[in-house]
Amino acid sequence: MPDVFPISLIFFFGAALLLLLPKGHLRAALLLIVPILAGTMLWNLPAGNLWTATIMGFDLEFMRVDKLSRLFGLIFCVAAFLGNLYAWHVRDTIQQVAALLYAGSAIGAVFAGDLISLFFYWEGTAIASVFLIWARRTEGAYHTGMRYLIVQIASGVILLAGAAVFYGETGSITFEKMTLGSLGTWLIFIAFGIKCAFPLMHNWLQDSYPAATVTGTVVLSAFTTKLAVYALARGFPGTEILIYIGAIMTLFPIFYAVIENDLRRVLAYSLNNQLGFMVVGVGIGTELALNGTAAHAFAHILYKALLFMSVGAVLFRTGTAKGSELGGLYKTMPLTMIFCVIGAASISAFPLFSGFISKSLILSAASHDGYYVVWAILLFASAGVFHHSGIKIPYFAFFAHDSGLRPKEAPTHMLLAMGLTAFLCIAVGVYPIPLYEMLPFEIDYVPYTTTHVITQLQLLFFSALAFAVLMRTGIYPPELKSVNLDSDVVYRWFLPRLIAKIATGVARVWNAKTSFWITRYNNVVRGLYHTHGPEGRMARAWPTGSMVIWLAVLLGISLLINFVS
Amino acid sequence: MASETTHDVAHTAMTLIDQLPVLQILIPLVAAPLLVLLGTKRLSWAITFIASVLAFAVSIALLWLVKDGGFISYELGGWAPPLGIEYRVDAANAFVLLLISGISTVILPFAYTSVRAEIAERHHTLFYSCYLLCLTGLLGVVITGDAFNVFVFLEISSLSTYALIATGAGKNKRALTAAYDYLVMGTIGATFFVIGLGFLYMATGTLNMADIAERIADQGANRTIQAAFAFIIVGMGLKAAIYPLHLWLPNAYTYAPSAVTVFLAATATKAAIYVILRFSFSVFQPEFMFETLTFEYLVLPLALLAMFAASFIAIFQTDLKRLLAYSSLAQIGYMLLGIALMNETGITAAIVHLFNHGITKAVLFMGVGAIVLRTGSSFLYRIQGMGRVMPVTAAAMVVGGLSLIGVPGTAGFISKWVLVQGALEKGWWPIAVLIVLSSLLAVIYVWRMVEILYLSSPVVGADKREAPLTMTIPMVIMAGACVYFGFATDITIGASTTAAQGLLGGTTGMIEVIETATQAGH
Repeated sequence: MPDVFPISLIFFFGAALLLLLPKGHLRAALLLIVPILAGTMLWNLPAGNLWTATIMGFDLEFMRVDKLSRLFGLIFCVAAFLGNLYAWHVRDTIQQVAALLYAGSAIGAVFAGDLISLFFYWEGTAIASVFLIWARRTEGAYHTGMRYLIVQIASGVILLAGAAVFYGETGSITFEKMTLGSLGTWLIFIAFGIKCAFPLMHNWLQDSYPAATVTGTVVLSAFTTKLAVYALARGFPGTEILIYIGAIMTLFPIFYAVIENDLRRVLAYSLNNQLGFMVVGVGIGTELALNGTAAHAFAHILYKALLFMSVGAVLFRTGTAKGSELGGLYKTMPLTMIFCVIGAASISAFPLFSGFISKSLILSAASHDGYYVVWAILLFASAGVFHHSGIKIPYFAFFAHDSGLRPKEAPTHMLLAMGLTAFLCIAVGVYPIPLYEMLPFEIDYVPYTTTHVITQLQLLFFSALAFAVLMRTGIYPPELKSVNLDSDVVYRWFLPRLIAKIATGVARVWNAKTSFWITRYNNVVRGLYHTHGPEGRMARAWPTGSMVIWLAVLLGISLLINFVS
Repeated sequence: MASETTHDVAHTAMTLIDQLPVLQILIPLVAAPLLVLLGTKRLSWAITFIASVLAFAVSIALLWLVKDGGFISYELGGWAPPLGIEYRVDAANAFVLLLISGISTVILPFAYTSVRAEIAERHHTLFYSCYLLCLTGLLGVVITGDAFNVFVFLEISSLSTYALIATGAGKNKRALTAAYDYLVMGTIGATFFVIGLGFLYMATGTLNMADIAERIADQGANRTIQAAFAFIIVGMGLKAAIYPLHLWLPNAYTYAPSAVTVFLAATATKAAIYVILRFSFSVFQPEFMFETLTFEYLVLPLALLAMFAASFIAIFQTDLKRLLAYSSLAQIGYMLLGIALMNETGITAAIVHLFNHGITKAVLFMGVGAIVLRTGSSFLYRIQGMGRVMPVTAAAMVVGGLSLIGVPGTAGFISKWVLVQGALEKGWWPIAVLIVLSSLLAVIYVWRMVEILYLSSPVVGADKREAPLTMTIPMVIMAGACVYFGFATDITIGASTTAAQGLLGGTTGMIEVIETATQAGH
């Protein structure tokens, strides 16, 4: 490359080029080439501010490359590649273009060195990604997409407001480490928080991800929230409140995940829970913790994508992802089952799987800095993760009671995508050194110590035991077709009704007032039509004589005026 | 007509430039009988076009000669005024001459196709002959400096106009009644005008405009002169379609052949407005109380009435041609309003609007003509969705529509802007508000047009093709002019300001020359 230019442009050009290609394998191939190209270029980029532009007096930095942004950029490229490979069969132009624009925006945001370009890419991810939800083309998906879009755009707007206030406070728009305190920083923090699905701001995630298309969910799961984690790690490392927010985030989704029936929704809750670990890492803010966050984001994107892929493959073949309707699929989808188990093992942080080597970084950082309560919560959360994602997902989908479904094995390209992802999960778990070398800070950490492995295994086995006991005794919540109330009931049920009540009241007064004016207006128009309409007095074709009268009248008036003056 | 027969070039060493004023009239006037004598249908259009182009070239040269003030006086047949007939060209009428001959030249290619489609072929020679006579008449009305000559040319243009409108009978018999109505009313108007001239002659004993002006300036106003003014204003007001005297116009425009409508809408009423301007400011004294009062208490209210009533009527119309005809009435209201302001900016606005509205309406009526060619009707329900199949035509019409509204960047904006300024200079801000409000009414009827053209699907059975190039090119040229004159205001505003200054200078400029002329004459 003679000149460095924003990596995101590769994706945008790719999206434009895509429209010129005929539908089919050529397009699917382009979808794979673009992330590879971007990834290769990224790999070879030197560090530094590589591409700046001055617009309206602001220095916009489009390519801030350092170890943190490079790591996120790379994993985003990998995720885009895997997601597109998984979606090889999709022939929907909208989804293909949206996937590229979405990945491009996310990568652009990662390399944005100032708040303004960050805002543009931030909104870009929101707008591009909503099409992956709408692409399902159902009424429900439309409304879900709308809710998702409103939340995401709100996040963007708050970010912009924050950036503006921040500029007013400091005179700088550079996006770097900030300390919470002023209005501007709080607004930016909240904007990040919404996208990161902080507790009580999280519902869009569980609402939208299960609603997207089979392939769309895989892509969705990779970018938006991890972008937010990156933004937090860049902007607010060491902000203590994040530790507690993160701790709560790891905790509460567990319960929902346990009682949830829709397996994709279970995964969405567990995604939220995993984000909690990363947020805690950002909150602790030490080099070890930030390394942990980065590594966990990297590992998480892979195994979460793998889990969504496997559940997606089941959905693709059977048409449902509900635990109550599935079971016994291992007989006909053995490979998918194996990949799912690998993903489950990774998320549960089994030794030799990717989750283990990244999560332990964060746990160590917590205990190292004396956050023992937090450490305990994270430990409990780890057990919970194993419970709902590690056991529940594979168990209900592929084993449990035989549903009688005998679907075909997943299509080859899906298997290929899952296989590659599974390989990466294991590779990172077995040989973490290359990943550790890419982390933002120098690291000297050995995950495979005896204590670590033993602690983790104990934890996992007790969790498994708990699951087994509960199942045997029949106490485990059965997979029921149910709707579980989350805090989104506030805005999906309560607020609309409250607003409706107020609205009817206001509307009544308003209508009374407006109907008066509308009647008046209608009367005026009717009157005008009566006189000025085609058949009206003014517009009728009058007999010749009438104009002669007018002529006489005007002459009379004119003479009168002349003579009087 | 004395002009072409009595003229003898031999006795003076005049160059072609000196002969320009008479050539302006002579070219179309000679071409008209030539058509009939040759009697070839093939050549008739070509000869008309050549005559029009030559007239256009002459008017460009004339405007170029007088654009910085001053005027050209041409004695017809070597007979010096006030006895002989004088052609007098200054910035005001050179500008109107340019408009008339220019419009005529641009729309003739359009007329070629439109006339072939709408008029029986055996009438073509006579049609173009009438067309040339009409052009001669309009140019003559504008160029002449002799009051009675104005009447003569007015009758030439009027009679040929009646015939032109009646040729629409091939398509719709109502063209005959429309022409007949216009004939009756127009004749009454012309009679009023000539009665006014009679009074003037009675009071001053001369028919040369400059001479009359001088005599009026000398002796002051009396009852006869006041009566003359009333008759002239009302008589010419009818030709200009001042609001309650407009009843001939909608039918005439609607049922005339499309090419005739374009030509009349863009030029005929403009020539009448010019005559009102000329008589009010160059012949009569604007200082006279009766004149000021007439404008303030008669013309101004009627102008405002036209701006609103005609716009409302336009909104409710179901026929696009008729809609645009009523819109023309409203626009004439703006010009009269400009005159009624009686200040330099107001008169500038009237003249600029005269020009800008001419080109704007030319685009719009040409667009309608092109659509009529394809659908056979200008009823709104019949032309639905034609914008989709005639993109160039519709786009040109949208540009014209924007100019009609007065959207910045179009010619219409410039004239309304100057008009509002004129009203504000006078301190009549409610008038300025009314100008803007009536423009909003234009938004409504222009939007109706756009809605009909674009937002519905074409009617079954319509010929779904773009208009031929002979039509689209003139439309694009005119639409381009609408935009061009929205930015390059040097020509329009410049010439109009010079013209307004000349007109408001009153009789002084004229008297000086008349003195030299009379000395030469004696």
